[in-house]
Amino acid sequence: MTLGSGGRVDDPAPAVSLPEAPPIVSEAAPAAAGPLKVKRGKPIQGASGLGWMFSAPALIGLLVFVAIPIVIAAWVSFRDWSGLVSPFDTEYIGFENYNDLLFQDGVRRTDFALSIRNNFYYVLFVVPMQTTLAFVLAVILNNRFLKGKGFFRTSYYFPSITSSIAVTLIFVFLFQTSGAINAILPFETINWLDNAHGLFHNALGLIGVEEPPTWMIENGFMGVTYWQWIAGPSVAMFAIILLVTWTSIGTFMLIFLAGLQSIPESVEEAAKVDGASTFQTFWHVIVPLMKPTIFFVVTIGLIATWQVFDQIYATNFGGPQKTTITPAFLIYFQSFRNSQAALAAAIAILLLLVIMIFTFLQRRLIKSTGDV
Amino acid sequence: MVAATARSPGEGGGWRRFLGYVVLIFFALVFIFPFVLALVSSFKTLPDIQANPVQLWADPEYGGWTLDGIRGLNTQSVRIPRWALNSTVVTVIATLGRVFLASLAGYALAKMSYPGKQILFALIIVLLAVPGVVLLIPKFLILKQLGLLNSYAGLIVPLMFDAFAIFLMKQFFEQLPDELIEAAAIDGASAWQTFTRVMLPLALPGLIALTILSVQGIWNEFLHPLIAVPAAPELATLPLGLANLRASFGEAQPWNTILAGTLITTIPIAIVFFVFQRYFVQGVAATGVKG
Repeated sequence: MTLGSGGRVDDPAPAVSLPEAPPIVSEAAPAAAGPLKVKRGKPIQGASGLGWMFSAPALIGLLVFVAIPIVIAAWVSFRDWSGLVSPFDTEYIGFENYNDLLFQDGVRRTDFALSIRNNFYYVLFVVPMQTTLAFVLAVILNNRFLKGKGFFRTSYYFPSITSSIAVTLIFVFLFQTSGAINAILPFETINWLDNAHGLFHNALGLIGVEEPPTWMIENGFMGVTYWQWIAGPSVAMFAIILLVTWTSIGTFMLIFLAGLQSIPESVEEAAKVDGASTFQTFWHVIVPLMKPTIFFVVTIGLIATWQVFDQIYATNFGGPQKTTITPAFLIYFQSFRNSQAALAAAIAILLLLVIMIFTFLQRRLIKSTGDV
Repeated sequence: MVAATARSPGEGGGWRRFLGYVVLIFFALVFIFPFVLALVSSFKTLPDIQANPVQLWADPEYGGWTLDGIRGLNTQSVRIPRWALNSTVVTVIATLGRVFLASLAGYALAKMSYPGKQILFALIIVLLAVPGVVLLIPKFLILKQLGLLNSYAGLIVPLMFDAFAIFLMKQFFEQLPDELIEAAAIDGASAWQTFTRVMLPLALPGLIALTILSVQGIWNEFLHPLIAVPAAPELATLPLGLANLRASFGEAQPWNTILAGTLITTIPIAIVFFVFQRYFVQGVAATGVKG
C-alpha cells in the first residue's frame, strides 16, 4: 500500500501494488494538502478509545452481515437443514452434505457436477474472449493519432455500468427466436435461449460424429457421463457467454488502456528505430511489458466468472435441461427454491474456498511481479 | 516533433489507421445498438416488434408509434413507478450510510492508532474477497432473526456495510498529511471537529468517488434485494422487479413494456455516468478488484 509519486493509490487491498491500474484517487487530494509533506504511519490521537468509536459502527455491521454469515454458512453446512425450520432445531450430520455433493451417487451430485461443467465452459470462453477483445480495443484506442477516443471509450464502457438485470433482459430480447440476432445473422433461424445442445457436440456432429462412443455414455464422473462432460457450453449458455463478454469488455479495456499509457513512447520508438514492424513491436515489446496487467485482468476475470448469478437467473433460471446452472445459481436454487439449504451452504463453502484460493494466488503473484 | 511524426508515413497512418477505425466503429455499434434498439422498441407495438425486430422506426402497418409499452409500466404485476421509488430510497439512504460509515472507519484506520487496528484491517482485507453469493443463506437467516425480512430496513441497512468502501476511504485519508491534524489539535479542535471540519472537506474527491461508485453499485444491486424482500413484491427494487417479470408473463412477453423498464433502470445511472465519468474511470481498478 505504497503511495506513488503522483499521489496515486495503488491497488486496493489485495495486492500491494496494482500494476498500471488507473489512479483511483484524483490528484486533488494531495494538491489540497498543499506543500506539506505526506507522512504516514504516525499515531495521531492519543486516546485509543476514539479509534474504536470511529471504527465500531462499520465493524459491527461487517461482523453481522459478512463475517458471522460465513461462520453460519460453515455451521449449517454440517447439519441436516432444509431451510424451512430454524437451523437450531436440526441435527449435526458431519460431512454428509459434502459427501452428497462430491461422492454419493444421486441427483444432488449430478446437479453439482453439471453446475461445475457449465461454469467451467463459461469461464473457458468468457475469460479469453473478454481479455483478448479488451486488449485489442485498448491497443487500437491507444493510438496517438486517433480521433474520437472519448466517444469510443465511453460507448465501450457504458454497458459495464448498467444494471446486469437490465442488460440481460435486453439480450434475451435480442436473442429470441424472432429477435434481432437471428434477423441480422445470415444463417437459418437459431433457437438460442431454449437450446440445450452442447457446442462441442454440435462441432463433432459437423465432422460426422453423430453417435457417441459407447464407453463415453456408459461411464462417467460424478454422475455425469463423459459424453456429457465434453458437451461444451450449451447454445443457451453461449448466449450468456456473449452477454457477459459484452458487458465486461469495457471495464477491462480501461484497465489495459491505463497500463498502455504508462509505457513510455520512447520504448515503442526505439523498437521502430531498430526496424521492428508494428506487429513485432506489439508482440515482442508491448505484450511483454503488459504482462502484469494481463495477469491482473485474467485473475480478476477468473474470480468474477466463477460467481456468475444475475445473468443466469434472468435469462433461463438454469435451463434448458440444467445447462446453465452454475454453483452460484445452485446455492440460490437449492436453498430458496428447493428446500435444501444445508446442501446449498456446503456448495457455498466449496465455492468460497475456490474463490479464496484464486484471490490468494492473485495477491501473491501480484506481490511478486508488482515491480515489473 | 509530434506534428512531424504524425505526418510521417508508417506512423499509424494510411490503411492501418483506416482499419483501426473500422474495428472501433464496428464495436461502437455492437455496444450502442442494443440500447438504441431497446429504446425504439419500447415505443413499438408488439406485432411490430415481432415482425421487424431490427427496424429502428415503427411500421405504420403494425400500428406505428405507440405508448402501449409505457402504459404497461404501471399495472397489477408490473409496478415500475413503485420499484423506481424503492430503488431511489434504497440507493440514497444506503449510499449516505455507506459513505458515512466508511469515512469514519477509513479515517480511524488511516490516522489513528489503537489496539486491534491491524487485526481490524486484516479482517477487512479478507472480507473484501468474499463473494456475496456465498452469504445468501446466512444473510437471510440473520435478517429473519433481526425481524428485518421484507422491510425497507432489511433492504437498506446491510448495504451500508461494505469492506471495499472502508478500504477506499482509508486510502484517501492516508494521503492527507498528519500535520493538519496536529495543527487542528493545537488550535484546540476536538477529534470530531478535526474530522468533520478539516479532514472530511479535504477528502472530498474521495467522498465523491465513493458516492458515485456506491450509487451505481446499490442501484444495480440484485442479489441483496432478492433475499431481503422475497415475500414483499411492493418492496422490490427495479432490478429485482424486472428479473421476475419474465417469469410472470410466460410465453407472451410484453417486450415494449419490459424494454421500457430496462431503460428506466438504465437511464438514471447513465446520467450519473455522463456527469461524473472521470470518477467512474478512476474507480475502475477498484471495482475490478471487488469483482
